Amino acid sequence: MSAYYAPLIGGIMIGLGAAMLLLLNGRIAGISGILGGLLGKAFARQAESRSDAGWRIAFLAGLVAAPLLYGAFTAPPAAQVDASVGTLAVAGLLVGLGTRYASGCTSGHGVCGLSRFSPRSLVATVTFMGAGFATVAVVRGLL
Amino acid sequence: MSMLTSLLAGVIFGLGLVISGMTNPAKVLGFLDLFGKWDPAMAFVMAGALMVGTVAFRIAGKRTRAILGAPISLPTARDIDRRLVLGSLAFGIGWGLAGYCPGPVMTSLATGGGKPWIFFIAMLAGMAIFEIAERRKA
Repeated sequence: MSAYYAPLIGGIMIGLGAAMLLLLNGRIAGISGILGGLLGKAFARQAESRSDAGWRIAFLAGLVAAPLLYGAFTAPPAAQVDASVGTLAVAGLLVGLGTRYASGCTSGHGVCGLSRFSPRSLVATVTFMGAGFATVAVVRGLL
Repeated sequence: MSMLTSLLAGVIFGLGLVISGMTNPAKVLGFLDLFGKWDPAMAFVMAGALMVGTVAFRIAGKRTRAILGAPISLPTARDIDRRLVLGSLAFGIGWGLAGYCPGPVMTSLATGGGKPWIFFIAMLAGMAIFEIAERRKA
């Protein structure tokens, strides 16, 4: 059971971060939307549509800085990446395209969408989780 | 002020990703290996996040403005269409191939070596293709 304490506490903190952004700033903590929206501003022609970049950059900077803060107090987070360089590139491309067409990822549809009982987000979450289960089954079945 | 709270929210969200194990692709793939050696740990991440999230969105639903004064901007799209389903399928396949999704890969850039960068740059390319395709359509 204790193996599940860290995931549960981490999950609660993810929820707290999303709650802060929602209740203080009035924004949804959907990472693909925050990052993709920022990228979209680089393609925007009108200056006014570039205006709300600040909070996006601040939130993403927080995400990037978090493991450094964590590592300052304890050992740096363990991570094991088994995928090859080629697989990572294909996977990244699919995640970038897919999350933008679906308007959300694990945080936007998964955490925030399910928290507000959005049927659209439920369909998205069931679909990407199902695709994830199937992909791992196929990859591990073939290995 | 709103920049500071946004930064702080990002730090707490990111610390949650690290502590939960979401920044470890092997752990995430263990959860996605439902038909093999399934590791249910990551289901507890979602459970914890939803415990707090449902309360926060319930509070937000009763307000029109956020505490710092900005309007609360909730998604308005309601349609369950091909874009949503096909996009989510592509996302799920990519997630299952690498074990990274957008948040955790960003929280791996500073400490995770070169591999998260490869995924991240490819992900930005995918997002850029979307932006270009959408603008061409308009």
